[in-house]
Amino acid sequence: MTQERRLRILIGKAGLDGHDRGAKIIARLLRDSGFEVIYTGLHNTPEMIVETAIEEDVDAIGISILSGAHNHIFLEIIERLNDKEAGDIPVFGGGVIPPDDMPGLREKGVKVIFGPGTPGADIVEWIRKNVKSRAPL
Amino acid sequence: MKDGKDNWRREFDNAPKRDHVPTTVSGMEIPPLSVPSDLEGFDYDKDLGNPGAYPYTRGIHSTMYRGQLWTMRQFAGFGTPEDTNRRFKFLLENGQSGLSTAFDMPTLMGYDCDHPRSRGEVGREGVSVSSLADMEVLFDGINLDQVTTSMTINCSASIIFAMYLTVAEKQGIPFDKLGGTLQNDMLKEFIAQREWISPPRPSVKIVVDIIEFCARHVPRWHPVSISGYHIREAGSTAVQELAFTIADGIGYVDECIERGMDVDDFAPRLSFFFNVHNDFFEEIAKFRAARRIWARIMKERYGAKSPKSCMLKTHAQTAGVSLTAQQPINNVIRVSLQALAAVLGGTQSLHTNSMDETLALPTEEAVTVALRTQQIIAEESGVVNNIDPLGGSYFVEQLTNRVETQAMDYINKIDEMGGIVLAIDRGYPQMEIADAAYRYQQELDRGEKFVVGVNKYEMAEESTISTLRVSEKVETDQRNRLKAVKNKRNSEAVSRSLNNIAADARDGKNLIPSIKEAVERYATVGEISDVFREVYGEYTDPGYF
Repeated sequence: MTQERRLRILIGKAGLDGHDRGAKIIARLLRDSGFEVIYTGLHNTPEMIVETAIEEDVDAIGISILSGAHNHIFLEIIERLNDKEAGDIPVFGGGVIPPDDMPGLREKGVKVIFGPGTPGADIVEWIRKNVKSRAPL
Repeated sequence: MKDGKDNWRREFDNAPKRDHVPTTVSGMEIPPLSVPSDLEGFDYDKDLGNPGAYPYTRGIHSTMYRGQLWTMRQFAGFGTPEDTNRRFKFLLENGQSGLSTAFDMPTLMGYDCDHPRSRGEVGREGVSVSSLADMEVLFDGINLDQVTTSMTINCSASIIFAMYLTVAEKQGIPFDKLGGTLQNDMLKEFIAQREWISPPRPSVKIVVDIIEFCARHVPRWHPVSISGYHIREAGSTAVQELAFTIADGIGYVDECIERGMDVDDFAPRLSFFFNVHNDFFEEIAKFRAARRIWARIMKERYGAKSPKSCMLKTHAQTAGVSLTAQQPINNVIRVSLQALAAVLGGTQSLHTNSMDETLALPTEEAVTVALRTQQIIAEESGVVNNIDPLGGSYFVEQLTNRVETQAMDYINKIDEMGGIVLAIDRGYPQMEIADAAYRYQQELDRGEKFVVGVNKYEMAEESTISTLRVSEKVETDQRNRLKAVKNKRNSEAVSRSLNNIAADARDGKNLIPSIKEAVERYATVGEISDVFREVYGEYTDPGYF
């Protein structure tokens, strides 16, 4: 049997707002569900998030935003990942994001947005189905 | 037993019951019935007192809403100062009695609108203010001696307050005619809301600078609003909200006394701000217990002599966190119940949330419904006619006692840790809240707790309400205004005044006079915050989860 690395998920708070209840609940939920979690804490720039993601060699990036800056922040994270040839790291998100903005975000490459009230199990299931380990075999 | 609880208990235990967990939203167990023996030793004068009398459990005024209704104060702010100035005037025209200002994230974190970290955030969650020029527009045409203004701002409060004083001066209004509130509660920032520049100790120092300055020069101002709201929004229980808020209050009182102030010189101007959440009776009990705890602490622990020092005055806001993106019109009902609890709890002012707040900033229509909710409670429901109508209810008194006892356990524990600043350094309140938030989420996920429209009575739906959008143009407009300000001002005078702030900070002087001088010269929020960063250092999130 091969030793399989646990999936490594970065949970990040980008931007200036301090609404971190959701991010911390998700971080703990993912840890309790057997994932390895890197939580960035608050007030990260997209640059800091991408740097941490690459340094920690994560398999996916989850970003929580409640500040209204989602369009700018997601786009910049994805662009910077592409610049670093790490565009294969899937990016997902959650927070207060108006429904009208969701199609645009998905078009830009955000895999999924979990709106308020999403059951924790749905998030865990989505990760299990859609996130693959990036570690070399 | 005279109250016959034994017979009732037997009947109750043998009867079939609904399968549901009888705990509050905070997880507090609730008895099915309360009887006189649950209040053993209860003493009306000692535990309740009449309204307006120590320990103020029934309310801080002898007349309560018979004398004056609570202040209806809707929090507003978005976009440019022009946008928010228009919203302020709209609210005042619609019968709102006080202003409440929301600032955007850059302003709240001490960055100007042209800082790289401000990209995408200018005017989004509140109004953008970088210099005095913005504040002049924000309050244009509003006489500052005719309204009271609440400003939700913390780590940059000293700067915004200095700007407000300067705008008043330009309107020809003396400081002793100014009424309002600064949130200015840094301790809860480290615990919950999480907007900061420098570490806890210097942050508290600046808070106390403002308290001291107001005690001397702005006597009608509330220099700090000790806030449980954000603690609750971060996922705490009702008891934790109360306990950590009171512990923060103790922290400020200790610092003021350390500085040589007499408790009765500043304590009457301290005010509070609590959340009002879904669990109706628990919330009412929380407000009543809060007043009793604070009164006892001020009198017994600090020897306050003025009755005003012992009165816990509070603003309340309905729980943003309780609102749902699903079936958003249901939020109107949630807000109504929460607002009713705040009124029955005896609040002095109230903000009712708008139904669309989980989706975006509120539209004018949604804000109007929220304001009308308060007006219907005040004008139609009749609950304002009798003071503390739930006083003496076996259940409400039992719950008030229980909330008080459990909150005091936390407060004693924090005392043992050496006070709230040391407790925050250890991450104690932060972890207690994170634990409670996680516990509640698991109860939802396991179907032990329900949220209508989210994990019960769900519907397939399209979003049915329209939302407010803040134009990208706000950021450009604000940057342009700032550029014009910077071109026009005397930059030499600005750097001299920034150096003065730094010198005063190093000497441990009260910073408000030098900050005021700097904002008069159009030094910006970001420039003054940079002085704090340089002298006191920057705080970063330890990332507890």
